[in-house]
This record gives sequence, structure tokens and C-alpha cells, in this order.
Amino acid sequence: MAAYFPNVIMYADEFPQAIWDTIYMLVISGILSTILGLLIGVILVVTRRGGIMENRVVFWILDKIVNLFRSIPFIILVPTVAVLTRWIAGSTIGREAALVPLVIGTAPFIARQMETAILEIDPGILEASQAMGLSPWEIIGKVLLRENVPGMIRGITISMIALVGQIAIVGTIGAGGLGDMAIRYGLYRSMGDITFVIIVLILVIISIIQLLGDFLVTKATH
Amino acid sequence: MIRLEHVSKTFQTKAGKVHAVQDVSLDIPEGDIFGIIGFSGAGKSTLVRCMNLLEKPDTGAVYLEGQDLLKLNDKQLRRERQKMGMIFQHFNLMESRTVFDNIAMPLVHLHWDKAKITARVNELLELIDLADRGDSYPSQLSGGQKQRVAIARALANDPKVLLCDEATSALDPQTTQNILALIRKVNQSMHLTVVIITHEMAVVKEVCNHVAVMEEGKIVEQGDIVSVFTNPQQEITKNFINTTNNARKIDELIEQDHPITRLQADQVLVRLQYKSANTADPIISTVSRKFDVDINLIFANVEIVHDTPIGQIEAIFTGKEADVQKALDHFRNSGVRVEVIKRGSLLS
Repeated sequence: MAAYFPNVIMYADEFPQAIWDTIYMLVISGILSTILGLLIGVILVVTRRGGIMENRVVFWILDKIVNLFRSIPFIILVPTVAVLTRWIAGSTIGREAALVPLVIGTAPFIARQMETAILEIDPGILEASQAMGLSPWEIIGKVLLRENVPGMIRGITISMIALVGQIAIVGTIGAGGLGDMAIRYGLYRSMGDITFVIIVLILVIISIIQLLGDFLVTKATH
Repeated sequence: MIRLEHVSKTFQTKAGKVHAVQDVSLDIPEGDIFGIIGFSGAGKSTLVRCMNLLEKPDTGAVYLEGQDLLKLNDKQLRRERQKMGMIFQHFNLMESRTVFDNIAMPLVHLHWDKAKITARVNELLELIDLADRGDSYPSQLSGGQKQRVAIARALANDPKVLLCDEATSALDPQTTQNILALIRKVNQSMHLTVVIITHEMAVVKEVCNHVAVMEEGKIVEQGDIVSVFTNPQQEITKNFINTTNNARKIDELIEQDHPITRLQADQVLVRLQYKSANTADPIISTVSRKFDVDINLIFANVEIVHDTPIGQIEAIFTGKEADVQKALDHFRNSGVRVEVIKRGSLLS
């Protein structure tokens, strides 16, 4: 063991904190971007042309913002939103500060996934609810957010897996986590065994996300 | 119950304007089962959506019990819509909810209390014969069962009108019969006004009291079902009627010059149509004896249109011109519609 993973053993006490930082950022930014993404996704669906609360101005603006943030590579997005990060988190360095670019980078991605999932709902079901006399708000709550939960979970699963990759990137700007460790030790100090173990750990995290996602999809499918 | 006045609806598509509904006026009486028949693209689905304003007409007026729906605000309109249940070709049930919850949907929305909802839903499950399937999900049901659940959902809050948009078009003939029987049953037991949109004449024939025929956005013919059936005016109406029987088979045979339609010099090929009142008399043999005319039946058919038997016979009459003429006049005088389809050379 010591022969194959000398550095892993030497720096073993740093792993718990790194794992915890990664999971902390994953959970907090995951929850925040899912809420924000769901909100934007719903607004994109209802304000689009022919939507139940059609509003071309709102749709146009939101659609362009989502496209803009989705087209900026994440590593460039981080310094781009630094001003905003400082304003919200009071600093641009550290775990909390990293949440800002993580949410800004992930929410538009989730918004598109949610939009796609909601648009997959049979328009006939919307028509039936309108014929029943449901108001637009009731349709959002009782139909749009309920009729394609499996599709939404699949979208969130994909987004969470992408988020793990972005958390590794923010590690380089002092947010900590497994990505940060892999760069500092694995890359700069050529400790390949640390990189290897971190890859395995990230693989485990991603597998758990995927398994959980698949499980929830099965539960939500009728 | 529902009155449309000069309703028009135009859609703007990439290919240009589509006049889906053009200047349609209709008056659907309370308690009626009113059929609107047309080929796909005739605008009938748009027309039925104009009745509950799922589509807003460009011009014209839509009245429900004398109330002009186009004058209402969104909230008032939603309240009026609750008086109109609607069912669809593809059922449009919520896949994420059980049968019970689907039916309860319009009631939850009205803030009924739980016990009352349970009682009402169970009553409806009983009505649609699915009392033991309340906990199933729509994906576990057959098409006919889904449509029955959709009917229960549409009827949950005791509406006054049921709009059926191609409700049987995705179902097999046997299931169609069951659904139509259910529609007829609720029409009578709940004194419900029913509007049926369909492209199947068999459906109209089975349940409707009145029918309107739609072509290219316009109502080209309408009336009570028996008179439309016995005396269709428009070519399209005749075509629809022909889809339900082989009464017009003779036209095809004549076109193909089939041997049974080749006439001798002193023969005439005639179509006779009669309604229930005059089916009992042995009129054919009477005429044959009385006027010395031979009558050779080619086709004979009796349709039951909304409980009224409608008979149709195609026959070749052989005899002297004057005798044949008298025989035909006798039929006419007995209330039989007579149409000469083809004459032999002597009789032309």
C-alpha cells in the first residue's frame, strides 16, 4: 500500500476536508441552481409564443441571458462574474465565494433541461386543464411541474454530474475540494497517486448521483 | 344552450392564412346530442374549441346559456368553462396521477372538501364501470377505459355541456359503441347537452339528434339526423352517408358497367328510399301486381338512424313505359323517395 500510494498516505488527513468541501459545494450550489433553473425553465415555457402567459419581451430577454451564460466557458465565467461574487459573498476566494459562479454557470443549464422536460408534456394535457377552468398558476403547479417529473430528474442528474466537473475547476481559485487537491499535489507536484485516488473518489460521487437519479426516475414513473 | 353567431377563425401559418372556421352560425339546443362531422382539416376541432374559447374566434359571438363568452374576463371565463366538460381523441389524462386523482382534479380545483370529493369520485367510478381501478395509473388502462376516465373527469363537477373532440376516433368499433352508449346514458341521466365532433358517420348515426356537416371551415348542411340521412343535399354529406353502408355501391357498379347494371331496352334502374312509417306495407308486390311491372331487387338495406329505420332499395323495373311510370308515381304517392338512376334505350 505504502509503496503504491506514498503521497496519499502522507496527505491522508487532507482528504476528508477536500471531500467535504466538494460535497458542500455540490449540495448547496446544486440546490440553489435547481431552484433557480426550475424557475427560469418554467418562465421560459409559459412566456414563449403560444404559452399560457405569453410575454415575448420577458421570453426574449431570458432566452438570451440563458444562451449567453451557457456559451461562456466555465473557466472564463469565474473571473467574469468576480465583481458579482465579491458583492454577494464579500470575497472572491473560498468555498462560499465559489458558489456564485457555480450557480450562475449551472442554473442556465438546468433551466434548459427543465424547459425541455416541461415542453415534452403532451400539449393536450394543458388543453384539458384549460378546458377544466384551471388558471395559469394552477396549471404551473398542478400540471407543468408534475407531469414530467422523470424528465426533470434526468435533467437535474445530468446537470449535477456536470456540476461536479465545475466544482473541480473552482478548486483552482481557492475554493478547496478534490479538484484543488488534484491540481496542487497531483499536477504541480507530480503526485500521480493522489490524482488517481481523487479520480476514483469523483467517480464514486458521480456514480452515486447517477444511481440516485435513476432510482428517483423509477420511483416517479407510473 | 350553445349559440354561435358568425364565428370565424383564421390561423397565420408559414404557408399563409388558413381559414379554419368561416362564418359559422349554430344553435345547439339544451339536452341535445349534436354532431359536427367533417373530414380532417375541415375546421371542426377549431370550431368546438371556439365553444369554450380554447380558441378565441376572430369575429362573431359565442353564447352559453345566453351569456356572451367573449365579453368575459379570464376569471369569469374560467368559471363558465367549468360548465363545459371536454373529452379528446387522445384522452389527455395526467399520467402522473391515479385514475382517482384525475377524476378529482376539477373538484380539488374548486376546493371541495375531501369527503365530498371521495364520494363524488367513487360515484363517477361506478358510473364508468371502473369502481376497482381508482388506484391505477392511466398507463395501466386500455384506450376505452382511459376515455371513460376522461368522461368521468369531464363530468365531475356536473357540467351542463360535454364537448367531445373525436372522442372515439382512436378506439376500435366495439369500444366506440361502449363509449357512445355511456355518452347517451349521461346525456339522458344528467340532462347533459353533448356536442360530438367526428369524421365517422357511424358515430353520428348512432347517437346524434342533429348533425352539421362541415367542409372547408363552413357548415354546408345541417338538420335533424333522419332528414339529413334520408335526404342529403350536399355531395359531401352523401359521401359521408355512403361510408356507413354500401347503398351507393350501385354507382360504382354502373361505372364499371357490371353485368347486373346492364339494362334491357324496356328496363329502368331505380332507387327507392323510405322511412319507418311506410315499411310495413307489402308495397313492392302490390305495385308489381297492380301495374304489371316486374321488379328485380339488386340491393336492399335498412339503416337504423337514431332509432328510425331507413330503408333503401335499388331495383330494376321491367315493363311498358306507361306502366313503369305509373308504378313509380304510386311509390312517390306512398311517401317513398324515387330516383331513377339509369334507363334502358326504349324508356329514355
